[in-house]
Amino acid sequence: MALTLSGPSSVQGQQHIITVLVENHPGVLARVSGLFARRGYNIESLTVSITENPDVSRMTIVVGGDELVLEQITKQLNKLIEVMRVVDYTEFAAVERELALIKVNAEPRDRAEIMQIVEVFRARIIDMGERAFIIEVTGGTDKIDKIRDLLAPHGIREMVRTGVIAMARGSRTA
Amino acid sequence: MSLSGAQIMLECLRREGVAHVFGYPGGAVLPIYDALYDCHDIMHVLVRHEQGAAHMADGYARATGKVGVCLATSGPGATNLVTGIANAYMDSIPIVAITGQVRTTVIGKDAFQEADITGITIPVTKHNFLVKDAADLPRTFAEAFHVARTGRPGPVLVDMPLDVSQQRIEWSGDQYPQKVDMPSYRPTTRGHEVQIKRAAAAIAAATRPVLYVGGGAISSGAQAEVTELAERTNILVTTTLLGKGAISEAHPLCMGMLGMHGTAYANHAVHNCDLLIAIGARFDDRVTGKVDRFAPGAKVIHIDIDPAEIGKVRQPEIPIVGDVKTVLQVLLKHVEARPAGEWNEQIEEWRQRFPLVYPRDGGLYTEAIVEHIGEATEWKAVMATDVGQHQMWAAQYFRTRAPRQWITSGGLGTMGYGLPAAIGAQFARPDERVICLSGDGSFQMCTQELMTASIYGLPLIVCISNNRSLGMVRQWQEMFYHERYSHVNLEQSPDFVKLAEAYNCIGYRVTTLEEFRAAFSAAMAQTSRPVVIDCSVTGGENVFPMIPSGQTVNEMRMHSRLEELRSAPNADPEGWSYDEEDQKLSQIVDAGHCGAQKEN
Repeated sequence: MALTLSGPSSVQGQQHIITVLVENHPGVLARVSGLFARRGYNIESLTVSITENPDVSRMTIVVGGDELVLEQITKQLNKLIEVMRVVDYTEFAAVERELALIKVNAEPRDRAEIMQIVEVFRARIIDMGERAFIIEVTGGTDKIDKIRDLLAPHGIREMVRTGVIAMARGSRTA
Repeated sequence: MSLSGAQIMLECLRREGVAHVFGYPGGAVLPIYDALYDCHDIMHVLVRHEQGAAHMADGYARATGKVGVCLATSGPGATNLVTGIANAYMDSIPIVAITGQVRTTVIGKDAFQEADITGITIPVTKHNFLVKDAADLPRTFAEAFHVARTGRPGPVLVDMPLDVSQQRIEWSGDQYPQKVDMPSYRPTTRGHEVQIKRAAAAIAAATRPVLYVGGGAISSGAQAEVTELAERTNILVTTTLLGKGAISEAHPLCMGMLGMHGTAYANHAVHNCDLLIAIGARFDDRVTGKVDRFAPGAKVIHIDIDPAEIGKVRQPEIPIVGDVKTVLQVLLKHVEARPAGEWNEQIEEWRQRFPLVYPRDGGLYTEAIVEHIGEATEWKAVMATDVGQHQMWAAQYFRTRAPRQWITSGGLGTMGYGLPAAIGAQFARPDERVICLSGDGSFQMCTQELMTASIYGLPLIVCISNNRSLGMVRQWQEMFYHERYSHVNLEQSPDFVKLAEAYNCIGYRVTTLEEFRAAFSAAMAQTSRPVVIDCSVTGGENVFPMIPSGQTVNEMRMHSRLEELRSAPNADPEGWSYDEEDQKLSQIVDAGHCGAQKEN
């Protein structure tokens, strides 16, 4: 599940990817997302899923703001009883990925060019209709923004993105 | 033994030592009220509106340090609690609010009297629970009370669906957890030793230090430590509205309250200090005014149990996360005695130059009422106030001597709080004199609780500072909105004396200070009936000093007749002496306080 609560990259300061481990209870998402809204923090995206431990859910939140704002966000999140751990991935090496599905107009005369773009970006065409393709692309946010821009002249009918997920490199865990 | 969920809930309250529950029945709590029918060790206080129940639990908690408990039915009963819960949240007061809920099978179906009260109260509770199985009740209540009273205290709500209250399960008595262990909730109570040593060094190096003490010192029961620190170092203390009582206000080192309506000398001291020692205080906007001009030359030590308060408004040079009492005890091991110096003299000069003044011309002023209440009760009464001008005058003139003697709505500023809070305090401290000082506006927001006070025979004294207007709003309209007095006129109010009598209370109306003294004296003789004194005070008065919102000490407005009133012969009232009894009060260990926490 992903929420994009504000427009892309309009926020001041740096973007941070934070991972929040929470107890897997109903209503936890409401507590976390409500906290951001209530205290005026800017969420770029929020993704939540189960983890290797069924009692624990993992949220990945991309948030804008300077160091002081991020410190407050971290502290306020830690005050929520069901929040177990908050990790800021800006501090150390991590891989980040996002998946997007893009439904793009594909008239016969444009198909070759679209397929070429797909190949260059190591994306995949997962549905091919008479007038449109669905393209699946995985990567960092920049890469997805880029393929979106290149496909835009053909006419993007629909797009859905998962929001960023991240994991620390090496043996380190959240 | 098989018990219903409702009976188990009462068992849980017994384990937590709950003696009073403030509540109001309704459909979704019928099983709970049925269980209460046979319950004789927990006193249920029947209120007249659920908001009153929440404020009573809050007043009870402030008067004792114990967790206050309120109970309401689902839907409107639960939503009526919300203001009281929000009030407790803003002031970090430990209460547990229990609400009924519709059956689990119809939750989400817009059933009769259904409201998503856990959803509604997320922003105003420290935590909340929706119980879906009676077997979870013991753990839930143990966690609810634990969360409410530990760390930075606050309100916790437990929502109990009707079928959970009815559900019968086996109860052996040992299901209640002996110890609560919540891996994701472990407040830090011991401050960082290195930071504490740095704080001691900063105190030793400072030439113009000030202690700025807030409600955290009250909730952690640190009056003795605050007083010891001030006395050993000769550092003057200013308290926030909620910090009143953290040191006796009769103490020569106490400057009274700071901030918008604080004393001018406290504000000058803070503005000019080189070290601000913030203890359990949160740099509220009513304290700081314009944040970047607040104590502009000061290094800041900030001691607070809530890490999120550190750096939220002002970035401290020396942050210390921990329980105030625990941290101060360690700090006191490192702090050396220091003599009073020029700085103390400077503050004394400000104190002489800018005293609190009001016309002592025999007219009935709220300030005079407050001072008389203090003198007539030897400054021992528990004082609960409402919100507005009378509250600020009470904050200025009621010289709180002990912690938990001053009960007021700070962060939320809830009109209507005073009367129910006073009732809660009177239940908590039945042998002490409890006064409610209210205004003609505030009093009309929870008047119905006079019936509660009356039925239970509480000897409360309610003094209404009746200036026939919404005085504080009127003051702002006069000062900042070109005297356009929009909807602040309360000339048309009920006859408060008749209203008191209608509730089987005693009512007096007074128009002079002499009459007030006589009425108050008569009220003091009452032991089992509430008394309402409608005080027709001089109208159109404003609270001074005042630092307008978002401004600085440089814009502080003083009483227009300061010069004249300062030199009046009786400008320095009696009763400021700090005697042996005051010293004893500072030693009182507050039995129910929240500071005695084990390190997790």
